[in-house]
Amino acid sequence: MKTQQRKTSFFLTFFILFLFWVIFSGKFDSFHLSLGVISCFLVIWITSDLLLVTPDMAKFIRLFMGFTLYIPWLIWQIVLSSIHMIPIILSPEIEKKINPRIIKIKSRVRDEVGLVTFANSITLTPGTITVAANIHGDMTIHAIDDECAASLPGDMGEKIAKLFAD
Amino acid sequence: MTVYISGLLIVGGLFFFLIGSIGMIRLPDFYSRLHAAGIIDTMGLLLSMSGLALLILSDFNLGNILSALKIILIVVFIYLTSPTATHAIVDAGIRAGLKPWSKK
Repeated sequence: MKTQQRKTSFFLTFFILFLFWVIFSGKFDSFHLSLGVISCFLVIWITSDLLLVTPDMAKFIRLFMGFTLYIPWLIWQIVLSSIHMIPIILSPEIEKKINPRIIKIKSRVRDEVGLVTFANSITLTPGTITVAANIHGDMTIHAIDDECAASLPGDMGEKIAKLFAD
Repeated sequence: MTVYISGLLIVGGLFFFLIGSIGMIRLPDFYSRLHAAGIIDTMGLLLSMSGLALLILSDFNLGNILSALKIILIVVFIYLTSPTATHAIVDAGIRAGLKPWSKK
């Protein structure tokens, strides 16, 4: 990493950590704020190879904007599929309503963070659970019925592929 | 007014907790029970926690805003950790050779 990039990512990480400090402490006098500055410096100094965020500011801002649009959509999907699960669970003949199976899909996402986001989004949506995923985009998914199995990769895969496309 | 909305959200959250718990008992096998557990820690948690945050914000001052932010952070961290824990459990089941229940 170049010195300039290192500086940018240092200040970005510091800003994020300090924001969390302020939220969790809730005290704004100089004593607590200076304690926060000292501990943020200590944390960054000790974990500098693990914690520093991506030095590419343009990419960081684009990802941030993408996520602010993606997360409300994901929450809406969670609401829809939770409502889809209600009649299944409450039906008297539950074993007729469900059809659990393991399916394999191929995702276009190649980025590592993108794959983690995709796998976690699939698991967060009730009705589908990611069993395994690898770097080539092959994913194994356990789905509870035909409708949940048919909905993959679908819109979610498209959105994440667009979000992490370079 | 906010009190009624937050009450409605909390009751909705409790309803999804109930659905998830019934599903945990009624679904036939290990893997499909995890789907019901997923309802509890996504939908139930989201609704009940946003209800609590709104209830706190009905008395609007700086301390309460910080408390509401902390409640939202609870949801954020559960949303990050709960799928990860589910992956670990499913992976352990597959590795141990437990076959998923399927229709005859």
